[in-house]
Amino acid sequence: MKTPTAIQLNASSSQLANRSDRWQHQAQDDHLDLLEAEAIFIMREIAAECRNPVLMFSGGKDSAVLLHLAYKAYYPERIGFALLHIDTGHNYPEVIEYRDRMARHYGCRLHVRSVEDSIRAGSVRLRDALESRNPHQSVTLMEAIAEWDFDACLGGARRDEEKSRAKERVVSVRDEFGQWEPKNQRPELWSLYNTRVDAGEHLRVFPISNWTELDVWQYIQREDIALPELYFAHRREVIRRGDLLVPVTALTPAREGDVVETVSCRFRTVGDISCTAPIESSAATLADIIQETRQCLITERGATRLDDRASEAAMEQRKKEGYF
Amino acid sequence: MNIVSIAPSNQHEIADNAPSGLLRFITAGSVDDGKSTLIGRLLHDTNNVAADQLEAVRAHSRQRGLSELDLSLLTDGLQAEREQGITIDVAYRYFSTERRKFIIGDSPGHEQYTRNMVTAASSADLAILLVDARKGVVTQTRRHAYLAHLLGIQQWILAINKMDLMDWDESVYRQIVDDFNAFAGQLGDPKIQAIPLSALSGDNVVQASAAMPWYQGPTLLRHLEQVPARWQSSPSALRLPVQRVARIMLGNGAEQSASGIDAEFRGYQGSLASGTLQEGDLIMALPSGRTARVRSLQSATRKVGRAEGQSAVVITLDDELDISRGDMLVAPDHPPRVVKEVIADLCWLAEEPLQPRRKYLIKHTTRTVNALFAELQHRIEVNSLVSEPHPETAAMNDILRVRIKLQQPLFVDLYADNRITGSFIVIDASTHATVAGGVIVS
Repeated sequence: MKTPTAIQLNASSSQLANRSDRWQHQAQDDHLDLLEAEAIFIMREIAAECRNPVLMFSGGKDSAVLLHLAYKAYYPERIGFALLHIDTGHNYPEVIEYRDRMARHYGCRLHVRSVEDSIRAGSVRLRDALESRNPHQSVTLMEAIAEWDFDACLGGARRDEEKSRAKERVVSVRDEFGQWEPKNQRPELWSLYNTRVDAGEHLRVFPISNWTELDVWQYIQREDIALPELYFAHRREVIRRGDLLVPVTALTPAREGDVVETVSCRFRTVGDISCTAPIESSAATLADIIQETRQCLITERGATRLDDRASEAAMEQRKKEGYF
Repeated sequence: MNIVSIAPSNQHEIADNAPSGLLRFITAGSVDDGKSTLIGRLLHDTNNVAADQLEAVRAHSRQRGLSELDLSLLTDGLQAEREQGITIDVAYRYFSTERRKFIIGDSPGHEQYTRNMVTAASSADLAILLVDARKGVVTQTRRHAYLAHLLGIQQWILAINKMDLMDWDESVYRQIVDDFNAFAGQLGDPKIQAIPLSALSGDNVVQASAAMPWYQGPTLLRHLEQVPARWQSSPSALRLPVQRVARIMLGNGAEQSASGIDAEFRGYQGSLASGTLQEGDLIMALPSGRTARVRSLQSATRKVGRAEGQSAVVITLDDELDISRGDMLVAPDHPPRVVKEVIADLCWLAEEPLQPRRKYLIKHTTRTVNALFAELQHRIEVNSLVSEPHPETAAMNDILRVRIKLQQPLFVDLYADNRITGSFIVIDASTHATVAGGVIVS
């Protein structure tokens, strides 16, 4: 499957000409209010009914929104969820700095467990040192869940991201192996969430399931939520591999014959260095990014992920193995 | 019954309802009625299909030797998974126009999946009932209409698809509308908009059809953009189920609050099920029945004068009442009923049949109580709408009317009056599975 290049990402101006901005702003507030209220409701249910919930915080935009919503859900109490980050060891330093800063800002306990620890303990074995560590996070996550005995993990996954996500419940039961069983999900009616689990089971909870990428950006703008700078246009050395821009880093070095370019780019999604690619962009402000997201004709994952493309069912397979 | 199918538009409905930026709807139809094509067409013609997704569809269409895009392939990921036995489940899809955001609850059309339609319908404001113009109103249409009625969906679209295969014939359309009206007359008072269309060619989906000049009504999208989205609760008296009690204690090195407030704080968090709330309002707390006035009101972190809809609020009261999670703050002059027994229509969702002697729990708003099935009054055969009195049990997908005894009281309204305080789920106390969903009928 060939995806268009970065240059073709935007809709033509004629496609957008008939969109009325005034309407967008009126409707936007209303729908963001509804999505926010729904997410806060879900978080309060988990806060009230679960014994030891934790909020997955990676420093990405979705988890930044989640943390902000947690602040609102608890207010005026301090956020009652501890934060958990599964560190692959391949994160951008500014994301780690941001993660620590936000945890301090909200006065949250931050638990970090790294894939490196699992490698040392022998529960993760890499085929080669530069292999993407993203899929191995599941093992470390399950170890962390067992270590702290978490009964619910809140995450920032959205149903618009990927087909198998579209089918996962807001409150999803995982067994002791962390497995998601698509055939055996609890029906979810009205806003009545069943949070009961047996010993060894835990819940994965997705309060922003119904948000789209654009909703997330609009909300970040409306609520003035801080983000790592990687999300905004900056100049960076990259190599063009097919239709992707691969950043030149110690983990993804230039190979013989590669042409290294410096381009203006930003990340739509921030994950492991070895598996997320920036897009060419000059969007330096939230307003620019929202405009660009509106016009963008390629999915977030289609444009930026080096790992989900391996197979159509890659994500679904990984979720069954305990992946978030 | 208010059939507006022939009317040019439904302006009269909009006047008293502020438009909302978000509409949740479901599509209901059999597998061959063109549901996937219709969803694909909606997404495609509103520019909501990303280039990479479209490219995948193009490639698949070519592989199958098709000369044109098969838009049903946009939802085909799910079908492929169904073939592998992975999903029988509701998927949620998102699209937007300049007027609105939409969430589609896409539930499979197979007859045995009543529970999926019930699940998707529980959060929907509108139902599209898809009819194949060649077949007209069939059992499946009646089933879906009945289920939409059961779940109290007030806005329906009767989408008469495949008009291209009937030579765009107006009489075919009118016959189907008449047949449907004759049946739907028994099902309360939904607002129905009938639209003749072709999902395959896109006629009257997003673009108005030149092939059917006799139809003066809105296109499917236009109607979806215009209908009132919010669930109308009547009476809309205050119902605020308490989710959490928020407390800040000072002294003894107690935790500092997020707000930095330097006083002790005791407030109640929850989302309004209905009604409005403002500072100074007198509220009654259930089950105690004691009253107090609202001293402060915040929508999450923002101080607000007034809250309504389903806003997530935190409030303080001017009097120290004993209130905890599962209690409900209500309008003293229009309280809900406090009951230890409910009569409800239930959709059995689990593979394991109902065992009246087993222990079940009911989760209603924020309150979970022990429950006992005292009586299975009748089972409704959703295809024929014939009822079978006093069944012994309920199997998956069964709809039945039951009388349930509760160990502690619930604070309920009829589902027809209040979607939140009128609904509940049933949880199996030993397996923790969600085994049924119910709507309170008396």
